[in-house]
Amino acid sequence: MNASNKKLVWIGGLVLLAVLCVLPFLVKNFRVFQFNMVMIYAIAILGLNILTGYNGQISLGHGAFYAIGAYGAAILMDGAGVPYWATLPFAAVLCFVFGFLMGFPALRLGGHYLALATFALALAVPQMLKYKKIEHLTGGVQGIVLSKPEPPFELSILGQPLSADRWLYFYTLFVLLIMFLIAWRLLRGRVGRALVAIRDHPIAASAMGINLPVFKSITFGVSAAFTGVAGGLSASVVAFVSPDSFTSFLSITLLVGVVVGGLASIPGAIAGAIFIQYVPNVADEISKSAPWAIYGTFLILLMYLMPSGAAGLVSKIWSRLRPASTSATSSPEGKLS
Amino acid sequence: MPELLEVKGLKASYGPTQVLFDIDFALAQGQITTILGANGAGKTTTLRAVCQAVRTSGSVLFDGQQLVGKSTESVVRMGVAQVPDGRGTFTALTVEENLRLGAYVRKDKAEVAVDLEKAYARFPRLKERRNQQAGTLSGGEQQMLAISRALMLRPRLLLLDEPSFGLAPLIVAEIFRILRQINEQEKVSMLLVEQNANLALGLAHQAYLLETGRIVISGPSETIRNDETIRKVYLGH
Amino acid sequence: MEAFLHQIFAGIANGGIYASVGLALVMIHQATHHINFAQGEMATFSTFIAWALINAGWPYWGAFFLTVAISFALGLIIQRTVLKPVEKAPVLTNVIVFVGLLVIFNAVAGWIFDHTIKSFPSPFPKGTFFETKYFSAHDIGSIGVTLVVLVALYCFFKFTPLGLAMRAAAQNPESARLVGVRVSWMLGMGWGLAAAIGAVAGMMVAPIVFLDPNMMGGILLYGFAAALLGGIDNPWGAVIGGFIVGVLENLLGAYVIGTELKLTVALVLIVGTLIVRPDGLFGKAVVTRV
Repeated sequence: MNASNKKLVWIGGLVLLAVLCVLPFLVKNFRVFQFNMVMIYAIAILGLNILTGYNGQISLGHGAFYAIGAYGAAILMDGAGVPYWATLPFAAVLCFVFGFLMGFPALRLGGHYLALATFALALAVPQMLKYKKIEHLTGGVQGIVLSKPEPPFELSILGQPLSADRWLYFYTLFVLLIMFLIAWRLLRGRVGRALVAIRDHPIAASAMGINLPVFKSITFGVSAAFTGVAGGLSASVVAFVSPDSFTSFLSITLLVGVVVGGLASIPGAIAGAIFIQYVPNVADEISKSAPWAIYGTFLILLMYLMPSGAAGLVSKIWSRLRPASTSATSSPEGKLS
Repeated sequence: MPELLEVKGLKASYGPTQVLFDIDFALAQGQITTILGANGAGKTTTLRAVCQAVRTSGSVLFDGQQLVGKSTESVVRMGVAQVPDGRGTFTALTVEENLRLGAYVRKDKAEVAVDLEKAYARFPRLKERRNQQAGTLSGGEQQMLAISRALMLRPRLLLLDEPSFGLAPLIVAEIFRILRQINEQEKVSMLLVEQNANLALGLAHQAYLLETGRIVISGPSETIRNDETIRKVYLGH
Repeated sequence: MEAFLHQIFAGIANGGIYASVGLALVMIHQATHHINFAQGEMATFSTFIAWALINAGWPYWGAFFLTVAISFALGLIIQRTVLKPVEKAPVLTNVIVFVGLLVIFNAVAGWIFDHTIKSFPSPFPKGTFFETKYFSAHDIGSIGVTLVVLVALYCFFKFTPLGLAMRAAAQNPESARLVGVRVSWMLGMGWGLAAAIGAVAGMMVAPIVFLDPNMMGGILLYGFAAALLGGIDNPWGAVIGGFIVGVLENLLGAYVIGTELKLTVALVLIVGTLIVRPDGLFGKAVVTRV
């Protein structure tokens, strides 16, 4: 990229940042809450994408890590009085460990079997969260009620005060930028290439010296950590955790987000998050009684029409507009192990 | 007498890669025709094109009926059986199950039983192993099985893809002897694709030579066999 | 001692259901190399259809067989319409389509039949002549039905030309085409059969756990554990695995973990199998070429 292009990108970025900063003051609190959820989902989807999009391991159980992150943060805040901003690293580490542990047995599986095994995780977690023996910790069926963190200072822009939701917006945005930056650095370099190599040609990758079991398990762990951070954020943003918030449908939704956004695409995570946050509302408008049926139909149609997701669509349009340039980006439609 | 199989202007492609470029050949009833060529010439593709297992355009007339555009299953039901390269054995099924599958589309149960016994008579080794898993058979036995399976259809046209491949010379000679027998006694027409030119020319009546998707020579196999230039340039001796 | 025996027998009874679901999963996998995630929801939907028929006055067995036939047709139609466009697509695309089906079936069942828990009659109520001290009549009847289904399937695949053609199509679609087998239709029939088996499993389990749209979620998992334990490509393994899973689930639930964590038991079984014996008890190790 030449100098003037780089300048444009910087200016564009700053403008975008400015818009994002003003945005929460232009809309009601409830909308801000929805924006927060979109950002949280984007982080969760990014985590899952690292595992599924880049590394080809399908997980229908990431809701479990989201739940672990959420409960981990909630228990720390409620039981130990830890401030909300300190809970995230804990959630990340906790989920990394669980993810890594899940990664080992999962090594032997691929494709559908892995999906089913992780689905088992997704189905088991709500039941585990309701378990009476740990009720004192988890709050059992009722879960844990938290309070949204108060903004540390008073501020008013365009007549709207800095509410808890708005403060959380900036907090979440900050975490989002950090997580995306980490992912960017990880995936654009050797690690990313190794992930893709494992996805597309596992045996050859192993023959080239990549320690497959360790790498795949670490990938699971990192992926879980990302999603766990999202879960931890949600504990503050939603201010409530309960077993029924983290059913298997959440895991399904996250995978949908990955596919809709586009495999192996970092910006796609945002498109995916917008889809999973707002499309159920649209489905609800179409059919009050069976919104999930409409949702399911959307999914199937999407797979017929846009199998590589939003990112795939964008890159198709982009390559039509600029046929001369070639880029070495990995094709997400490679085989999934 | 109209030809049993008449192919005109046949083109075939795998995705964007075209492999056959406008080939013409014909096969008369009761005859054996062979298509020769080196590796990659397009021989297997030609057979797959006849069976419609690959994207084709042009004309393939089998007994006056156009095959292009039909599904493989329909072509088979019209009486075209193939012995694919690599035998195509159902390795997890028994020998007898493989044979019965050959007759899957036939409705005359009694005649199928007769043909089954005929197959066992022709290849006693198959009878010995009738309840064995087909994957445990040797290469030669699997070839016998593949041919027998194809014959169970009572086909009017038998397509053979490199039947000599990977087999010991003695077994190959035996198989070719039996092929001639089948052609003479049961009047089964055959389209044979082979890399081993000598063998093929010894069996076939007509021969075509395929080079990178195009027919370069055609004629009676006797003529081709005896032509010095052809032998030197194309057949290597 | 009696209680222990009772747990084992109840486990065997449940095991029959897991065996059926596991068998359906293995069958579809053998034929299509896909796992039908919607299997459980389709089975629940079928059970609702049976419930509706019975409520409308149909005799039990009439409703049973009609439901099985309808389920077969439904499975066949779904494969031919919804799945055909993505037959050659990558695994993940298929998984999303299956997930879509799962969600649709679940939602439509809830919409048509509402979410209240319903009771479903057993064709083998208390007092049926073969009731014994250890096995309730339904347990025995359920195992009996499962065995009949399994034997019928075995005979179908082993002795009929159509069954042979389906096996051939699953193992080697190219060669199957060369003998005139309509491979695509075989796929559809595989789905139909699996849907039919699922319906039977659903109707056998509903009297015990009561009928609601989420009935089969956990059972699908046990079916998968069964299939995995038996060696994922081995139909017989799935059957034996099912019985083992049923007994283990009951024993672990009664004596070790407690009945609240049954799904965790399934998870532990799955993960445990994968760690200790990934090819299952009867599976063959798969060797792939680079």
